Amino acid sequence: MNVALLIILATIVFSAAVGIFAGHKVKMNLENWTVGGRRFGVVLIWLLMAGEIYTTFTFLGASGWAYSRGAPTFYILIYGALAYTASFFILPAVWKVGKRFGLHTQPDFFIKRYESRSLGVMVAVIGVVSIIPYLQLQLTGLGFIVEVSSNGAIRSNVAILLAFVLTCAFVFTSGIRGTAWVSVIKDVLMIAAVGVVGIGVPRLFFGSHGKMFRALVEAHPGHLVFPGATPNLDVLWVMTTALLTGLGFYMWPHVFGSAFSAKSAETIKKNAVIMPFYQIPILLVFMVGFTALQVMPGLKNGDLAFLELVHKTYPAWFMGFIGAAGAVTAMVPASVLVLFASTLLAKNVYQTGFSPRAGEQTVLRLSRIMVLVIMGFALLFAFYLPNALVNLLLIGYDGVTQFFPGVVLGLFWRGVRRSGVIWGLTTGFVLAAVLVFSKHDPFLGMNAGFVALVVNAAVTVAVSRFSGAKAENSGQMA
Amino acid sequence: MGDAPGKEVLMPKGTKIALGFALIPFFMLVLALPFVNRIRPFIFGLPFLLFWIVLWVFLTPFILMAAYWAENRFNRKSGQDKS
Repeated sequence: MNVALLIILATIVFSAAVGIFAGHKVKMNLENWTVGGRRFGVVLIWLLMAGEIYTTFTFLGASGWAYSRGAPTFYILIYGALAYTASFFILPAVWKVGKRFGLHTQPDFFIKRYESRSLGVMVAVIGVVSIIPYLQLQLTGLGFIVEVSSNGAIRSNVAILLAFVLTCAFVFTSGIRGTAWVSVIKDVLMIAAVGVVGIGVPRLFFGSHGKMFRALVEAHPGHLVFPGATPNLDVLWVMTTALLTGLGFYMWPHVFGSAFSAKSAETIKKNAVIMPFYQIPILLVFMVGFTALQVMPGLKNGDLAFLELVHKTYPAWFMGFIGAAGAVTAMVPASVLVLFASTLLAKNVYQTGFSPRAGEQTVLRLSRIMVLVIMGFALLFAFYLPNALVNLLLIGYDGVTQFFPGVVLGLFWRGVRRSGVIWGLTTGFVLAAVLVFSKHDPFLGMNAGFVALVVNAAVTVAVSRFSGAKAENSGQMA
Repeated sequence: MGDAPGKEVLMPKGTKIALGFALIPFFMLVLALPFVNRIRPFIFGLPFLLFWIVLWVFLTPFILMAAYWAENRFNRKSGQDKS
C-alpha cells in the first residue's frame, strides 16, 4: 500500500462522511433537499458556487488547453468574470421569483412565468441531456486523476466506481447541504494544490514565471496570442465563446437552482461581487500547462499535462495530495449535477408532465431513485465512451445557454410570450446541434453556440411581437 | 401574474448606473480583445494579452462593488431592492 493511495482514499471517504453528516439532523423534504430550505448565508453560498465552478475541468482542461492550444484557453479566465457580472443583475431577480412562488428548479421558473407545463418539460429535458455529459466529464476526469496520482495503484474504473458510491450516498442523504459542506474540504485542497503547483513549477524549471513565458515565446512565438496553436480559434472565436459561456454559466440548471438556496437576494448580490476573485488561480493552472509544454513536449493527451508534470516534479506523497484534491474536485460538481438532474426528472418531467397530483414526498422519493439512475448512466458513458474533455463541455454549454433569452426576457420584459420562447429555444437548440455535429463549429470564425443564441434571441423577440398582446400571459415577475 | 396590467416598471437610477459599470468588463474582456492580441510588452512577467485579461478579471470585483454601491446609494426607498 503506498502513501498516495492512502491519502486519496482517506480524503474521499472523509469527505463523503462529512457530506452524509451534513444532513443528518435535517428532516428531509423536497425544499430542504434541493434548495437547503433557502437558508444559506453568504459563506455557504460562496462555498457552494465555488464548488460548482472549480471542476476537474479546472485541473485538467484549462492546463490541457494551455498545453496543446495556447492562447484560446484564456477564454476560461474571461468567461467567469462575465458570468459573475451578469449574475449580479439576473440572480437576485431569479431568487425573488423563486421565493415568492416556492420554486425549486429552473423548469419551475419557466412553468410559472410562461404558464406552460410543456415548456417546463422541454426545459427539463434539455437540461438533463446537457448535464449528463458534464457529469460524465467529472467521472472520467476523476478516473484520470486518481489513476495517475496513485501511480496506477487504483485503476481508473475502480476509482470512478468508488466515487460513484460515495457521491450517491451523500447526495441521497443530505441533498444540497451535503454538497455545500463537502465543498469546504474541496476548496481548501484545490486552492492549496493549484497554488503550490502553479507557483512552484515555473520557478523550479525556469527560475520565475516571467522567464518561463519568455522562453515559451522564443520557442513558440504564436502560442500566447490568438489563435495560439490552433488553425481556427482566433480572436472572434474567443470573444464569442467567452460571451456564450459567460452568459450561459448561470443557465446551467444546477447553478440556476443553487441560487434558490440563498437566504436573500442580497446574499446573492454580495456573492456576485466577490466571485471574480476565484478566477485568479486559473492563471496558475495555465502556467502549469505552459511549463509542461516546454518541459515535456509531445504528450499525446494534453489533458494529462498537469498530472504528468506534477508526477515528474514532486514526491509520491504529494501526488497523493493532488489525487485527493482532484477526486473531491470531481465529486462536488458531480453531486450537484446529479442532484439537479434527478430533481428535474422527478419534478419537472414526471410530476409536471405525467402526474400533476403526485405529492412532494413522492417527488423526493423519485428524485433520490433518479440519483442512482443518472449516475449509473454517467458511469456507463465514462466506462465505454470517454471523450475528449472540453468538447463535451462546449456542447453542453451550447444547449443550456439557449435558456438565456427565456430567463432574462422573462424577468425584465413584459412583452415576451410563451410562443416566442418555445420557438426561440427550439430554433437555438436545433441550430446549435446541427452546427456542432456537422462540424461547422466554429461557424464563420464564431462559436456555433453563440450564433445559435443570437438567432434564438431574435426569434424569441420577433415571435413575441407578432403573436400579439392579447390572450397569453404577459405578467412580469420580478 | 402579479403586477396590474399596463403598469410599466421604470428602471431606477441606481440600476442604470450599475448597468453602466457592468458594461466595463464586457468592453475590456470581449470587445477590446482584437486590439490587445499581442505579446509585447511583457508586464509583471506576463505577455501583454494575458496581462490585459488578468488585469480586468482582477478589477471586475471592484467594478461590481461600485455597482453595488450605486444601487444602494440611489435605489433607497424605491422599494425595488427589498424582498
